[in-house]
Amino acid sequence: MKLSKITLSIATVAALMGAAACGNSGNDPLSTSSSSSSGGSSSGGLTVGSADFPESALLAEIYAGALEAKGVKVAKKLNIGAREAYIPALKDGSIDLIPEYTGVLTQYFNKSAKATDSDGVYAELKAALPATLTVLDKSAAEDKDALVMKKSKADELGVKSIADLASKSKNLTAGGPPEWKTRLTGLPGFKKIYGVEFKTFRALDAGGPLTVQALKNGQIDAGDLFTTDPNIPANGFVALEDPKSMFAAQNVVPLITKSKSNPTIEGALNAVSAKLDTATLTALLTQVVVDKKDASVVAKDFLSKSGLA
Amino acid sequence: MIQNIVRWLTDPEHWSGSEGIPARLGEHLWYSGLALAIAAVLAIPAGLAIGHTGRGRFLVVNLAGAARAIPSLGLLYLMVLWLFPKLSGDVAFLVPSLIVLVVLAIPPIMAGAYAGVEGVDPAARDAAKGMGMTGSQVLGRVEVPNALPLIFSGFRSAALQVIGTTTIAAVAGTGGLGRFLIDGQKIREFPQMVAGALLVAVLALLVDLLLAVAQRYAVSPGLTGRSRGRSNTPKVVEIGALRRTVDPQAS
Amino acid sequence: MTWFLDHLGDVQDRTLQHVYLAGLPLLLGLLLALPLGWLARRYKALYAPFTAGFGLLYTIPSLALFVLLPAIIHRQILDPVNVLVAMTLYTVALLVRTVADGLGAVPEHVQQAATAMGYTRVKRFFAVELPLAVPVISAGLRVAAVSNVSIVSVAAIIGIPQLGLFFTDGFNRDFYDPIVVGIVACIVLALLFDVVIIGVTRVLTPWIRATGGRA
Repeated sequence: MKLSKITLSIATVAALMGAAACGNSGNDPLSTSSSSSSGGSSSGGLTVGSADFPESALLAEIYAGALEAKGVKVAKKLNIGAREAYIPALKDGSIDLIPEYTGVLTQYFNKSAKATDSDGVYAELKAALPATLTVLDKSAAEDKDALVMKKSKADELGVKSIADLASKSKNLTAGGPPEWKTRLTGLPGFKKIYGVEFKTFRALDAGGPLTVQALKNGQIDAGDLFTTDPNIPANGFVALEDPKSMFAAQNVVPLITKSKSNPTIEGALNAVSAKLDTATLTALLTQVVVDKKDASVVAKDFLSKSGLA
Repeated sequence: MIQNIVRWLTDPEHWSGSEGIPARLGEHLWYSGLALAIAAVLAIPAGLAIGHTGRGRFLVVNLAGAARAIPSLGLLYLMVLWLFPKLSGDVAFLVPSLIVLVVLAIPPIMAGAYAGVEGVDPAARDAAKGMGMTGSQVLGRVEVPNALPLIFSGFRSAALQVIGTTTIAAVAGTGGLGRFLIDGQKIREFPQMVAGALLVAVLALLVDLLLAVAQRYAVSPGLTGRSRGRSNTPKVVEIGALRRTVDPQAS
Repeated sequence: MTWFLDHLGDVQDRTLQHVYLAGLPLLLGLLLALPLGWLARRYKALYAPFTAGFGLLYTIPSLALFVLLPAIIHRQILDPVNVLVAMTLYTVALLVRTVADGLGAVPEHVQQAATAMGYTRVKRFFAVELPLAVPVISAGLRVAAVSNVSIVSVAAIIGIPQLGLFFTDGFNRDFYDPIVVGIVACIVLALLFDVVIIGVTRVLTPWIRATGGRA
C-alpha cells in the first residue's frame, strides 16, 4: 500500500517531467520571444557573455561597445557564472563571445599545459582550443588569481611568497571559489607545486566580497583575489609572490565562436586589446567597484576616450 | 546519467570527512532546525495572542504577507554585506543565513497559530468561559489544543520551505547540503548536483513525515475526525505554500 | 534613491522580465493544475498520490532545477524557457492540492441541486463546481504568486536576466543600493500580483459580495 503510493507519486512526477520535456523540445514559440535582450545570435549579430564578477562584465561591456561602434549588432548576456558554465554556453550557441584570461583558459582545455610566460601560454592556448572556438589578439592587460593575505599576518609569519607557506600552512585556513577544491589553479596546485596544504578550505566566492570580508575579519588567513582588485591596496592586503608561476600568465583575450567571427569583429576587438594594459584595467575596475559606477558607463567612457567608439 | 548519480552517491569518499554527506546533512539540519526553533518561539506566541484577542490581525497579516514577498536571495546578500564585517568567526557565516530562514519561516507559522485559534468553535470557547475559565485558561486548555492541527500545518509548511531554502545559504559560504549544489554547479558536475537535490528532497520528506507522526500523537483524537469540513475554507489555504490539512486518510 | 532614479530603465526592463518569468508560469501552472486537481477529486485513489507527488516537486531546490533542466529538456543553458518550466512545475506543485480541495469544498447539496436542474457533469463542473471553488483556488494562487516572485530571483545565479541580477551585481561590488532596489521591486511586484488575483477573484465571484458572504 505505502509502496504503491510512493511509486504512483514518482510516476506522477516523471510523467509531468516528460510532459514538460515534450512540450518544450519542439518549435516552442516562447524560446525566441522570451528574452528581450537576446535575439542577436541567430541574425548575424553577436551575443556577448561574461563571467559573474565585475571585471568580466566590464570587459564584456567594452567589447560590446566597440563592436556596436563598428555597426555590429550586439546582444548581452552577462554574469553567467564560472568558466564551467559559460564555456558550455559558448559551445551550445547561447553566447558567441566572452572576455577570457589566457592562463586559466588554457588549463581548462589542457590540464597538462606547461607554459607560464605570456607568449608561451598564448601559443599553448591556441593549440588547446576546440575547433569551433578561437581567441583573437591578447592584450597587455593581465589579471591573475593571487593568494592574498593580510599584510600584518604575512609579516608575522615571515611569508613573502606561496613557497614560504609550505612549513606554516598546516595551521592556516584558506578561502576561495568552490571550484578551487578541484582545479589545478587551486588547492591541488598548491599541494603539487608548492607542497602547501591548508588546515581547512572555505568555499566562498571568486575574488568577491565574501573573500575580501573573510580575509579582513580573519575567518580565513589566505584567500583568492584578483591582482587588479582595488580591495587589495585598500585593505592592507598583500598578494603573495608566485615564484613557480603556478598562476600562469593571464592576459585578457576575447574568446569567440569561429563561425561568428569576421574581419570587422576581429578588427574592433583587436583594437580594444591594443589599448588595454594592466594599469588601465585596474583604473577602470576601480571606478566600477569602488566608485560604484555602472560597468556600461565606464566602458563607454573608456571607448570614447581611447577613440574606439 | 543515472549511473553517475548512483556512483556519486555510493562513493565511500563522499560519505566521510567534514565535506561528506553525513557532515553536510548534519549542518543542514542544524541550520534549518535552529531557524525553525527561533521562528516558532517568535511566531507561535504572537499568533496565539492575535487569534485570542483578535487585535492586530490586520497589521500582522499584512506584515506577514510582505515578509513572504521578500526574495530570500536578495535578503541573504544584504545581510551578508551588512553583518559580515560586524561579526567574527563562524558565526559571521551562520547569522545572515539564519536571519533569512527565520524571516521565511515566521509568516506560515504565525498564520497557522492565529488561524487555528480564530477557527475554534465559538461554542467551545463560550462553554469554557461558562465553566469559569480565565482568559489564559481558555487559551491554554481549549484554544491551543483545538488549534494544534493548524499550528502543525503552519509549522510543517515552514519546515519544508526552510529545508529547501537552506541550500542557497551555501552561496554565503556556509555548509549544508547546498554545498553540493553550488560546488556542483561551479564545476558543472551534474551527478553531485542531482545527488544534493535528492538529499534535500529526501530530508524534507523525512522531516515532514516525522512531524506528521508527532502531530498524530499531539493532536487530541477528538479533533482529528471532524476537522475536515473546516479545512477547506480559503483562510486555511492561505497558511502556507505546502499547506497540510489534517489528512482524513491518515487519521 | 539617486541610484534608483539613475537606473529607472534597468529597473523597468528587469521588472518586466521578472513579471514574465514569474507570471506566465502562474497561468500555465493553473491550467495544468485544474485538470490534475479535478482528477484527484474525481477519483479518490488518485488524491493521495497526486497531492503528495506534486507536492514533492516543491522540495526540489530551485537552484538545482534551474541548472539541471536544460539537460533534461534539451534547451540551451541560458534559455529563459528553463526558468519558465521550473516555475511552472513549482506552481503546479502548489496548486494541485488546492484545486482538488477547492473542488471538494462544494457542498453535496449544491451538486445535487445542479444535477436535479438537469446539468450534465461537464456543465456542472464549469457552471457550478469551478466557480464555487474560485475563492479557494485564488488563495492558493496568491501563495504561488508570492513564492514565484521570490524563487525567480534565484535564477540570477545562472545569469538569466530579471530583478535578481540586482542582487548579484550589488553583492559583487559590496554595494547596497541595487540589492535594496531589487528587494523593494520584488515586494511591490508580489503585491501587484496579489492585487490582480484578488481583483479577478472578485469579478469571478459576484455572489460573495451580493450575499455578504465570507471569503
